[in-house]
Amino acid sequence: MKIVTICGAGIGSSGVLKVNAERALRALDLEATVVAAEVSTVRTVAADAQIILTTQEFVEAIGKTNADVIVIVNLFDTSELAQKLEDALG
Amino acid sequence: MSLPPLPESAIEIDAFAADWRAAVRLSGEALVRSGAAKSGYADEMIRMIEDHGPYVVIAPGLALAHARPGPQVIANGLSVVTLKEPVRFGHAHNDPVRVVLGLAISEAGAHLAAVAAVANIFNDSSAINELAAATSPAEVQRIMGVNPS
Repeated sequence: MKIVTICGAGIGSSGVLKVNAERALRALDLEATVVAAEVSTVRTVAADAQIILTTQEFVEAIGKTNADVIVIVNLFDTSELAQKLEDALG
Repeated sequence: MSLPPLPESAIEIDAFAADWRAAVRLSGEALVRSGAAKSGYADEMIRMIEDHGPYVVIAPGLALAHARPGPQVIANGLSVVTLKEPVRFGHAHNDPVRVVLGLAISEAGAHLAAVAAVANIFNDSSAINELAAATSPAEVQRIMGVNPS
C-alpha cells in the first residue's frame, strides 16, 4: 500500500505527517510506504497511491484522484491519524 | 535522527510581532543570524503561506515556517521565536500561534530525518507550552534536546 502526504513545499508539514502516519501505522500493525510530496507533484506521486493525507488547505488543489483523501487537523494527534487511517482501510 | 543546528543566535524569546508576516520574518532573521539562510528566505517563507494558506500552523500554537531548498538557503538550520503576544495565522483550528519554528533545508530529499527529529519533539504535546514559557535561549535548547552552544 502507498500513502502520500501532501503540503506546499513537500518538506515541513508533509514530512511531519509522514513521520506521524508511520507511527500510527505501526500502532495499527499495518504496512505501507509513506511518501512526502509537494502539492504540485500530486498527480504523478499519488497516481498509484491508495491514500492521500493532507491538511484542509490542499484538498482543492489535489482535485480529482482515485486515492482516498484524508484531511488531518492536528498533525501530532496520532489517535486522529490512526482513527482516520483505520476508517479508510477498514 | 538529528535536529538541524539550533544555536543560541537562532533563538529569540518573547518577541513582539504585529502579525503573522512579522512573526515569520523574525524566524527568517533568526536563520540569517545563525548563518543558515540569506535575508530573502523570509520572503520565500511568507510567500509559501500566501500561496497555500496557513497550513504551516501544524499544531495548536505552533507554526513551522519554511520554504523550499534554493539559493536563499546556506545550510540546514532551525530557528525558534517565541511571541510575547500570540498572533493569528488564519488557521481554523490551531490559532493563535505562540511559537514559530523556522526551518531551512539545503537539499531536497535529505531533509526527512531533520523533520522527523522536529516531529519527535512535538509528539510530546507539552513541548509547545514549555517553549512558549521559556525564559532563555538555553532553556529552549534544553526543551528541543540540543546541547547548549
